Amino acid sequence: MNNTDQIVQDADVELSFLSSVVKENGNQPAALIPILQMIQEKYRYLPKNAMEFVADALGLSPATVYGVATFYAQFSLEPKGKYVIKVCDGTACHVRGSSAVYDAICKRVELVDGKSTTKDGTYTVETVSCLGACVLAPVVTINDKVYGEMTPEAINIILDTLEKEGTNHDQNA
Amino acid sequence: MIKTRKQILEVQNTYNEAIQRGKARIVVCAGPGCVANGSPQVYEKLVAELKSRDLYTTVDCLLQDEASESGVTAVNSGCQGFCEKGPLVRIEPEGILYTKVQPEDVPEIIDALEADTVVERLLYQDPETNEVIAKEGQIPFYKYQTRVALSNCGVVDPEDIRAYIARGGYQGLANALNMSSAQVIEHILEANLRGRGGGGFPAGRKWAIAASQEADQKYIICNGDEGDPGAFMDRSIMEGDPHSVLEGMMIAGYAIGASEGYIYVRAEYPLAVQRLKKTIADALQYGFLGTNILGSDFSFTIKVKEGAGAFVCGEESALIASIEGERGMPRPKPPFPAVAGLWGKPTIINNVETLANVAHILDKGVDWFKSIGTEKSPGTKTFALTGEVENTGLIEVPMGRTIEEIVFKIGGGIRNGKEFKAVQIGGPSGGCLTKEQLGITLDFDSLRKVGAMMGSGGLVVMDENTCVVEVARFFMNFIQSESCGKCTFCREGTMQMLDILQRIVDGQGTLDDLDLLVELGEMVQIGSLCGLGKSAPNPVLSTLENFREEYLAHIVDKRCPAGVCQSLRRYVISAEKCKGCSRCARECPANAISGSVGSPYAIDPEKCIKCGACVTVCKFKAIEEVW
Ligand SMILES: Cc1cc2nc3c(=O)[nH]c(=O)nc-3n(C[C@H](O)[C@H](O)[C@H](O)COP(=O)(O)O)c2cc1C
Ligand code: FES
Repeated sequence: MNNTDQIVQDADVELSFLSSVVKENGNQPAALIPILQMIQEKYRYLPKNAMEFVADALGLSPATVYGVATFYAQFSLEPKGKYVIKVCDGTACHVRGSSAVYDAICKRVELVDGKSTTKDGTYTVETVSCLGACVLAPVVTINDKVYGEMTPEAINIILDTLEKEGTNHDQNA
Repeated sequence: MIKTRKQILEVQNTYNEAIQRGKARIVVCAGPGCVANGSPQVYEKLVAELKSRDLYTTVDCLLQDEASESGVTAVNSGCQGFCEKGPLVRIEPEGILYTKVQPEDVPEIIDALEADTVVERLLYQDPETNEVIAKEGQIPFYKYQTRVALSNCGVVDPEDIRAYIARGGYQGLANALNMSSAQVIEHILEANLRGRGGGGFPAGRKWAIAASQEADQKYIICNGDEGDPGAFMDRSIMEGDPHSVLEGMMIAGYAIGASEGYIYVRAEYPLAVQRLKKTIADALQYGFLGTNILGSDFSFTIKVKEGAGAFVCGEESALIASIEGERGMPRPKPPFPAVAGLWGKPTIINNVETLANVAHILDKGVDWFKSIGTEKSPGTKTFALTGEVENTGLIEVPMGRTIEEIVFKIGGGIRNGKEFKAVQIGGPSGGCLTKEQLGITLDFDSLRKVGAMMGSGGLVVMDENTCVVEVARFFMNFIQSESCGKCTFCREGTMQMLDILQRIVDGQGTLDDLDLLVELGEMVQIGSLCGLGKSAPNPVLSTLENFREEYLAHIVDKRCPAGVCQSLRRYVISAEKCKGCSRCARECPANAISGSVGSPYAIDPEKCIKCGACVTVCKFKAIEEVW
């Protein structure tokens, strides 16, 4: 990743929100991760200017904040799609065929190699290791709703309904 | 505010008397498996139905003696274990277990309850004997288990502190506070409680080191990172019996002289986080946390820290770095955390399950604990039994049980009548054990002898359709992407090993690759700082030893015997069956089929894209998929 400017994005961040988050967690370096978690929760990614604000407030270099943000899988530097689909690829799910389910989803939403979010910003598809629901393997979550015992056919049906109804999975719903 | 042991016993007695006054107590499982299968709807329907029949009551009503004798309470519990058969509903005090319950079954269940009968069609039926079993304790899945760390999980309402006290909770803490801290450590040492987080290091030994340090502040950290993919025991304990974790931490805090504790929970477990926070607030309110706990001069507080998604943060020094707000990179040891840990202060890190055992030992005694399990590994171990086994779920057995007993007696054998092939234990740091090794007992030392390790307790059962070479590639891929990058051998070595394994599953491997894997594996083991790198080669090395012929099939015969590795899938046209109609050649989108009409056609494997279109159109069933 040599061209970081391309992936680190600014956003219309609310300064009052950022200050209140820093205030709530304190301006000690140890508060960095919880602060980033709250920002990510609100914007669903870490905007560049928000990270700079935090670096300033905690007396850290932007590089340190960027380093932490890229170390942990929970943090995203680009906006996530409206529907975040997580396909579990933990051991239990893997031996019960999670790869085929993942491939089926990528094919269906037309994700091409390397990308995890669709061009129109509707879907983000990612693999995670173990959602802790291994007995239902393979497991898929869509905006945190759990679907167990998935097959390529079943996930297609779920996405059909999702596209038709949409609303009840909206992030804000 | 509870100040004395007598007050704890009072809460226990009044609560137990109250629930006995009701006619029955219905416990609906709200573990992750059952919730995803619809248990919340079952619970809702249950409450509505009880209300409409004027049967519904709550523990609070019973405590105030307002309810009639026929009142029925309904609670949500943590994971009851038998996830395969969920949603689970248990009727107390009889202990009747209903399986796969749907909301529409609820009226019938309550009819039966009123008539003192059972709904037979919802009971467990033994697939071998066809016997219908009503009582949970008599179902083979439960019969062979012994529950200590999970003894309250699936039984109590995890959000009701009184329910925990009613089961004997916080009496271990009261006992500990009546002893000197040295005596508490002595108890844990004598019980030989070994770390359930994987290493099996005696908890008492660690505590003694931390206790002997002079410092103005010491810390207890509960490791709830549970990063091993395919394991959910710690999650179940944190969600299903969170007070047992807190009580263990308090006792540990008293023993080493710490006044602050942290629970580090992995990001993927939001319910555990929420529940632990509520539990901490309740414990504060009851006076089990805070200052002058139970009238002693011991003070203790606990905070919850959420992880941010990094497997390596399960390693204790990386976990400490993460709490301090840094990238979770392991630090060289010594100094060990017990000497200089969080913010340089003496720190004890124990696993969730280790801590959940502590209160039971202090409550029921060392001799009781040592009567379970083996001499060198006393007590029990929880396992997440998953993969291709009939009864997947959460189990707890005395140490020293054989793998065979677990897979076949508790697990009910392999699904769909298939053949057992291997069981993976210890996750990405563990190994695959074969059919010949089914007799190995599950305890820390026997597993280490065969190159596997207990790990946190994920047991993933594999059948004949699992390719162990692909599984080895899978774990290497996991480790490679989770390596923090600090050590060259771990960072680069795992990358090279992954490349080689990828080559093999793609059918491009050579025999030299096998020697290279062993050589690299040994170097990664030696050249890495933390357990992640040190144990990263284990899945490869153990499968190379136990399943060498499967590697050879991929490399020499270009075959995947399990039928998993897609690159090794081929289509062939049987010269005998082919009538030379040319239909397949016309259908093939890749122009991979050639021949002349009237004589057998052939597929060029180089061009074939394995779409299977030819198989579908061939009227003579002359085209076959081979692995
Ligand atoms: C890469 C790596 C990951 C680990 N993950 C965990 C984990 O998820 N949970 C855990 O309790 N211990 C984990 N451990 C072990 C911890 O470092 C530590 O030994 C353990 O928490 C000590 O507790 P115990 O003695 O009670 O087992 C991990 C170790 C390594 C090297
Ligand atoms: S392996 Fe997928 S939920 Fe555990």
